[in-house]
Amino acid sequence: MTGSLLSFLARRTMAALVLVVVVSTSAYVIARLAPGDETTADFVAGVDAETIAIKRERLGLDDPLPVQVGRWFAGLIRLDLGESSYFQRPVSALVVERGINTAQLAATALVLATLIGVPIGVFTGAYPRHIVSRMVVPLSLALVACPPLVAALGLMLFAVSTGALSIAPGAVVLPAIALGLPVAAILERLQSQATADAMLAPDLVAAAARGIPPSRLVWRHAARQSLRPVLGVYGIVVGSLFSGSLAVELVTSWPGLGRLLYDAVLASDVTLVAGCAVAGAVCLAVGNLLTDVLRVMVDPRAAESN
Amino acid sequence: MQRLAWAIVGLMTCGALAAPGISPHAPHEQFSDRSYAPPTRVHLRHGDTWHAPFVYRQVLVDRVNRQFADDTSHRVPLRWFRGGTLVSVNAEDGPLLWLGADGLGRDVWSRLWHGARLSLGVAFAGAIGALLVGTLLGAMAGAARGLTDTGITAVADFVVVLPAVYLVLVLRSAMPLVLDTPVIFLVLTLLFALAGWPHVARGVRAIVATERQRDYAEAARAAGAGRLRLLGHLVPASYGFLRTELVLLVPALLVAESTISFLGLGFPEPVPSWGLMLRAASSVSAMQTAPWMLSPAVFLFVGVLALQQLAGGAGVDTATPRR
Repeated sequence: MTGSLLSFLARRTMAALVLVVVVSTSAYVIARLAPGDETTADFVAGVDAETIAIKRERLGLDDPLPVQVGRWFAGLIRLDLGESSYFQRPVSALVVERGINTAQLAATALVLATLIGVPIGVFTGAYPRHIVSRMVVPLSLALVACPPLVAALGLMLFAVSTGALSIAPGAVVLPAIALGLPVAAILERLQSQATADAMLAPDLVAAAARGIPPSRLVWRHAARQSLRPVLGVYGIVVGSLFSGSLAVELVTSWPGLGRLLYDAVLASDVTLVAGCAVAGAVCLAVGNLLTDVLRVMVDPRAAESN
Repeated sequence: MQRLAWAIVGLMTCGALAAPGISPHAPHEQFSDRSYAPPTRVHLRHGDTWHAPFVYRQVLVDRVNRQFADDTSHRVPLRWFRGGTLVSVNAEDGPLLWLGADGLGRDVWSRLWHGARLSLGVAFAGAIGALLVGTLLGAMAGAARGLTDTGITAVADFVVVLPAVYLVLVLRSAMPLVLDTPVIFLVLTLLFALAGWPHVARGVRAIVATERQRDYAEAARAAGAGRLRLLGHLVPASYGFLRTELVLLVPALLVAESTISFLGLGFPEPVPSWGLMLRAASSVSAMQTAPWMLSPAVFLFVGVLALQQLAGGAGVDTATPRR
């Protein structure tokens, strides 16, 4: 039993490592193939040819592509991601700093979404005919369809016109709501469906027949049974939080990874683009890994089927 | 609900196709003194009497604070079906701005519908591309098995994990930042196809792999059907799946296009695209003075919602997020 669990974890960790290596190396190669490099901005700014030549020499920009990729990859193993020519700082420091910001935003959004979505989902699943459920379900369906870009713009408009939310850069509430609200709706829908299914399960019918009070039935028994399908989507939810954060970060000027990648792309800062890809792949891989572990903890059968 | 969703999707498609016919102005036409002008309102009563729908001429009262007022001294009648557009006013009575004007004094309504052509067009083209690539590779994997199958499945499993917006953004960075409109249309279509195919391929592979074990496939093989001919029999089994995939891909790519254009990496100014219009509308000052510039966001939301309702009506679980 523990053996299969360990081999499952080992396989998932290997898959995560492969993901990080392949994504970051391809991002580096793609960014290198792009027209323009770290000296393009200097050239446009009219820096003299000798200075540019020295910079090209220092960064090794005239070496063949495989040599550059190899050098970059050797750095990756030592956790040295090179230096950003745009910010004039080590990429690893920049990426860690911005990555923490994005993780903070995503974690706040996830907690918010869970706190809102799951209890409401249990309620709407258990009492589908209640007036609250009738009002929540269409709203939730609409929010599921709401793209993060639209959510962020709508909340910005709300904040600007009412002054109820702070739009100052660095205020986490607005971007977290913009990112978390659609996720809350997704969790509500899934939790609702799972609870409704659990309420019809034979053991719950038997428990109801034994005279267990309805509220205990819903919040103890049904809620626990319905946990598994909901936990199963957390990996996908983490991924969608990650892709949604790009639009939210740009609209609300939250200094996260998405913004950093955007700046890097505009500045043709190849090492920074690749560094962002490394950070993104690590976030994604860790998110997937955590979900797998969670799922196995709730339902050990998942380790064998995988 | 389903009928409403169909009606919305139909209206948007027709509006996009008939964009020149329903917009009173050209999308790039700039009106002087109309920067951030509010929407024109339709009136029915002039003084104490009722009239056919008419508007009042807009005048700029205060240039610094961008205050506009209606010139109520005389009515401006609406002209129907004149000059190739559905409804318009005489040129000397000023522009007809159903959804106000943007910072450069351009008609938001006209830009919205011309933008719908590009945004919906590229989303649809990208979805078709993803379906074609996905069907081709999925059918190959399902029919061939062995190394081809393993290879295609591995790549699909890998790409499907990546967040599509980031994938498109990094690939887009490998190209010059500013490109012509037809080029960028093609580039975005290809990138969307590249980001969207794996999910399609996995589905088609599974369907083809099951179908090829059924009796009719066995019969076709026994009758001497070659590989390609056999695929011609097997692939139609996935038509239903492909139809729902199309309905799911179009809204996802619509959002992706808006995000990429919002970043300034999609269609270039002054081309009207929903993402670019939202980029101009997203500054705090624009939100304070001209909230009507956010109307593409409303259209985007309603369009995505309607398309997801259509998919949901086909029995698809739209609650589980897709990347």
